[in-house]
Amino acid sequence: MIGVGKIKQYSNVLDKPLSKGKQEVSLSAFAFLFSELVQYNQTQVDNIAELERRLEDAGYAVGARVLELLCHRDKGNRRETRLLGILSFVHSTVWKVLFGKVADSLEKGTEHEDEYMISEKELLVNRFISIPKDMGTFNCGAFVAGIVRGVLDSAGFPAVVTAHFVPMEGQQRPRTTILIKFAEEVLRREARLG
Amino acid sequence: MAAIYSLYIINKSGGLIFYKDYGSAGRMDTNDSLRVASLWHSMHAISQQLSPVAGCSGIELLEADTFDLHCFQSLTGTKFFVVCEPGAQQMEALLKVIYELYTDYVLKNPFYEIEMPIRCELFDFNLSQTVQKDCVALLGR
Repeated sequence: MIGVGKIKQYSNVLDKPLSKGKQEVSLSAFAFLFSELVQYNQTQVDNIAELERRLEDAGYAVGARVLELLCHRDKGNRRETRLLGILSFVHSTVWKVLFGKVADSLEKGTEHEDEYMISEKELLVNRFISIPKDMGTFNCGAFVAGIVRGVLDSAGFPAVVTAHFVPMEGQQRPRTTILIKFAEEVLRREARLG
Repeated sequence: MAAIYSLYIINKSGGLIFYKDYGSAGRMDTNDSLRVASLWHSMHAISQQLSPVAGCSGIELLEADTFDLHCFQSLTGTKFFVVCEPGAQQMEALLKVIYELYTDYVLKNPFYEIEMPIRCELFDFNLSQTVQKDCVALLGR
């Protein structure tokens, strides 16, 4: 038979390299699934803060798994141990795998030492979503904030992560900023490491 | 100047879920637009029954002295129709684009309740861009 022997046989399944994964998923299918996720959670809560928390929790589980997978697939079972390392890992590697592009920007907060911001002009999960006026500042990016928190927390960088709409000058649509506020212990450790 | 006078979207039971006015001609108040919507829904249904052609899907184009009415019905029974200048071209294509915007920015929005009036910022925004582009294209000819 033609082709037999081309695929290397591994006696142990663990020796087999991880597949690159399927890079493209239908945006429509994702949008409908995400929409259902939001709608389902909406039926389970009675206030917006609670909805935000539930979306974040859903994202957290994704983040924890994504970290595990990417460390194994791309980094030979190593993970970042430094603050800037893990941030740029989230900003580029994680973003690229999840959204097909690196995030628009990664900045350090000007007012607080422990705050960092990842901004995105048009967050993929928000592509088709219009927030009703009566929901105020609610942002479905809470799901993405949860993913980021999941990655950071699992990598040993506990942080509080929130998603916000930030109006842009000269732009009709506000951008979404993921605000990361690291726990005190993380900064102390960073300082010690020098 | 503007070729399109107004745009209507009606749900499968004939309720008006979206109405937008363009240009000054033929401006209507809310009650009138609701009336036109349900009237059109009924006429569309009757025309389907009366048509001598088998498998007719209802009126697609109504030509009057002062306006044309182009209608597009989606598979789920939602009807999109535009009232425009007599003889305006490419309205079928425009309706298809509007249908596409509807499926994207209305149906994929978790805060939209199906069959209810459309209040989606992104839909309004993209719709006005599309219509504007269309007007520019029409003027350019």
